[in-house]
Amino acid sequence: MNTENSSPQFSICILEEQTQLTLADLCGACAVHDQQIIELVDAGVLEPQGREPACWIFAGASLHRARKALRLQRDLDIGLAGAALALDLMDEIESLRTRLRAVGGEY
Amino acid sequence: MEFKDYYKIMEVARDATQDEIKRSYRKLARKYHPDVSKEADAEARFKELGEAYEVLKDAEKRVAYDQLGASHKGGQEFRPPPDWNTGFEFSGGSPSGGDGAGYSDFFSSLFGQNFQGGGAGRASPHAKGEDHHAKVLIDLEDTFQGATRAITLRVPAVDAHGHVVTKDRILNVAIPKGIRAGQHIRLSGQGSPGAGEGKAGDLYLEIEFRPHPLYRVDGRDLYLDLPVSPWEAALGATVKVPTLGGIVELKIPEGSVSGRKMRLKGRGITGNPPGDCYVILSIALPPADTEAAKDLYRKMEQELDFNPRIKLGVPK
Repeated sequence: MNTENSSPQFSICILEEQTQLTLADLCGACAVHDQQIIELVDAGVLEPQGREPACWIFAGASLHRARKALRLQRDLDIGLAGAALALDLMDEIESLRTRLRAVGGEY
Repeated sequence: MEFKDYYKIMEVARDATQDEIKRSYRKLARKYHPDVSKEADAEARFKELGEAYEVLKDAEKRVAYDQLGASHKGGQEFRPPPDWNTGFEFSGGSPSGGDGAGYSDFFSSLFGQNFQGGGAGRASPHAKGEDHHAKVLIDLEDTFQGATRAITLRVPAVDAHGHVVTKDRILNVAIPKGIRAGQHIRLSGQGSPGAGEGKAGDLYLEIEFRPHPLYRVDGRDLYLDLPVSPWEAALGATVKVPTLGGIVELKIPEGSVSGRKMRLKGRGITGNPPGDCYVILSIALPPADTEAAKDLYRKMEQELDFNPRIKLGVPK
């Protein structure tokens, strides 16, 4: 097996804290057309700042939220509202699990 | 190559109706979807399931598969018979399924390569390269001090003879201070190369912490169980507490009980504002393993009027 070593000469950032994304960035990263992202915004899955799509600014955390919403819709054949609900419930489960672990419970 | 029993994967009988197959697929897809399931092998199971459904939902492919199935069992060594495929013509349709995830060799040998990949052809001659996503496990100490970690990624590459080989690519990644579990590090330009003059894609690394022997983590906050002696809890004391940043002193108020939660402000994960470290007291009993220790316990028994079960309404 070949091995290739490269030193850190590329820019590194924490996506959730140091990154803001435009509609075009988000479309590129999710490999979808504008319309699908606009639908996610209309469903309340993503909450950009700015009035119109052309000036929307998304928080870095939107990237993985959008990808997850798109995957759920595609893979499980569920509608937008269903995917939005699933995402909210999954977030809640995740925060409950974290809480439970913090107080010393299993999970 | 292994024979794959698609009916077993789909958890249906060989004579299942198309409706039964669809129902079972939907149920299992929800169960094993990698975004939903917590099971370690969810991704592999989900992929396998997608492949099985690709065959069984399609009447033409199912009939062809059934011809083989009678004489094979799942996991058996398998080679397609020479007359396989004669008389069948498979009408396209790209597979639904995960992120362009390839199907197994078994599938390809039966239904060909042209079903693979979902057909997301590159539109522009200068398209941006694909983004890559991976998870990395780091220690809690790495986010506190910052650290450089060598991360090994397995990437497919084409060698000098045109064969596809797996190459290990090692990246030295500086873990930013204060990063938390569930967050992502973005490495610009470290994904797939772009086409033509297109930019390379990015690499996203999702952070996960290795379980820590002392601390449990909730966002930026840490939780630590701190054993204290009965007299420290009863009389009050100043005790030493380990934190990520070193040992600090904590004042235990007199009359503390087990489970009491105390906060060391700003002693959690670095950030703006930094997280806190919550200390949960647990009273440790000295062992009664010498006569002197036993005497002390007997003395307490005689001199203290103490009923630990008073709230349960039972007499001593």
